[in-house]
Amino acid sequence: MSLTRIKPSNVILTVLFAVLSVFFLLPLFWMLSASAKTERDVWTFPIQWIPKEWNLIANFKAVWMGDVSFGLFYMNSIKIAVISTLATILISSMAGYALSKLEFKGRAFVFSLMLAFMMIPEQATLVPRYIMIKEAGLYDTHAALILMGIFSSYFSFLLRQFMASIHDDMLEAAELDGAGFFRVFWNIMLPLSKPILATVGIIKFIWTWNDYQGPLIMLTSTKLFTIPLGMQFFQEEFGTRIAVMMMASVAAIIPLLALFLALQKQVIQGIAIGGVKG
Amino acid sequence: MSERMIVRDSASSANPKTYWTRKRREQWAGWVFIAPEVIGLIGLSLFPLLSSLVLSFTEWNLVGGLSAIRFNGVDNFVQLFKDDHFILALKNNVLFSAGTVPLTMLIGIVLAALIHKKLYAKTFFKVAFFIPYICSTVAIAAVWQALYHPSKGPLNQLLMQLGISNPPHWLVDTSYSLIAIMIIYIWQILGYQIIIFLAGMSNIPEELYEAAKIDGATGIQQFRRITLPLLGPTTFFLAITSTISSFKVFDLIKFLTNGGPNYSSTVIVYQIYEEGFERFRMGYASAMSWALFLMILLVTSITWMTQSRKVHQ
Repeated sequence: MSLTRIKPSNVILTVLFAVLSVFFLLPLFWMLSASAKTERDVWTFPIQWIPKEWNLIANFKAVWMGDVSFGLFYMNSIKIAVISTLATILISSMAGYALSKLEFKGRAFVFSLMLAFMMIPEQATLVPRYIMIKEAGLYDTHAALILMGIFSSYFSFLLRQFMASIHDDMLEAAELDGAGFFRVFWNIMLPLSKPILATVGIIKFIWTWNDYQGPLIMLTSTKLFTIPLGMQFFQEEFGTRIAVMMMASVAAIIPLLALFLALQKQVIQGIAIGGVKG
Repeated sequence: MSERMIVRDSASSANPKTYWTRKRREQWAGWVFIAPEVIGLIGLSLFPLLSSLVLSFTEWNLVGGLSAIRFNGVDNFVQLFKDDHFILALKNNVLFSAGTVPLTMLIGIVLAALIHKKLYAKTFFKVAFFIPYICSTVAIAAVWQALYHPSKGPLNQLLMQLGISNPPHWLVDTSYSLIAIMIIYIWQILGYQIIIFLAGMSNIPEELYEAAKIDGATGIQQFRRITLPLLGPTTFFLAITSTISSFKVFDLIKFLTNGGPNYSSTVIVYQIYEEGFERFRMGYASAMSWALFLMILLVTSITWMTQSRKVHQ
């Protein structure tokens, strides 16, 4: 709706909402403020939103320069999230291209199979997947996590829907110029699908970054832990040191928050078009 | 059959041989492009789903190796209904869904309607309410764990200041652990509901509201007579997906309570985890997995049936 003229009642409502959203985000403000405090001041009540005694550097050191550094978990998370995201984009867009633009026997069957796959909850397959990974000798490796995360009927479906709306003329023109299917896919389909690839990429990245259940089941060595497992490790290590825990939470949240704020349009759009999580 | 076929036919009519080889190449290319996804999904989704069905009729402790598998018929499923922890988990799952889904949908639709119709700086509010949803659940859980601290946490200090001398012990309190987790969950998913409702609302033609305004309809009348009915499909979609996601709640429970204290906050996925990955009872955990899968199928089909009946009326 375009608000052409300013209505006082709407201004008041907007201000009320602004207050409401600050209240809504209070737990995160509390986290930020606690991450800069001494352990003693964390519990002071009424809450000191601005720390009286700053302990930011000591908390930072405990998280990033302790025996087990958060930096390690960061590197693991970045590695897994980047590889999984790129592989998912490639595999799903190949499937999307085949399902939207290539005619082959069994296409309709494969398409309905993909829709049916979307109904399978990951949790119902955990036990056999764990056994398969163990039998394959991939238990406690990053490869196991990556392998588990890169096949998605859901993303293939989203990409198929988008690619179906790309005009055939462009593909025809390329084909007449002698391009094969791989060139058409790489040089035409992928560039034309950039908006949806960005959306799929960022959502996949967020899910992988935040995934807790997968690493919990597949990893056991501390040096391989991703951020959510690192948080659990810290909880066991520093459970009673709340300021340190809050510093770790800040570290876990900040990169995604920055990514989200920078690309909020794509994220929100991506959530809105598909709306299915996990 | 699009223009593309016609173009292709006319291009190839001069030389039937190229037409056929092209068609064969396309056939081949189709399978090559779809293969990774299909092989991956069959291997890592369909096959495990069916294997867990087979496993659900066995007794198998992983510690004993493959040779320790023993078929035991429907014993696991019989045991499910005698297992107090599973029944409690089932009950908690139902409470959890009933306590979080309708409430977040209700608050979500009202907030979305206000953001959509009345507020300035819409993007700001969308982003603000959505932040908890994109944050790492584990990191957020750590924050709430501190907030919920029974004696020193800010929440209970506030409650005590307000004159409640004996506030609940939240996560470590058998009567409040599930509620405490529900509160975090509601906080986390509210932004998602708002985003989906807003997407639905932006598809409603503005002319309808203009016409209603000319007829003198108030904002609330517009909401009840235009927004609500036209949001039917969105609401339906959200009801199914939110119920299904709430069935799968795990991260908060694993990190905060391990299903406790005394199983008061356990849910089905947590029981699957405990039986399968802590006790290594693979057969029993598989039976639970299938119980979960069937419940999800049931919810989906019931909602589809009621929905199609409504459409036919």
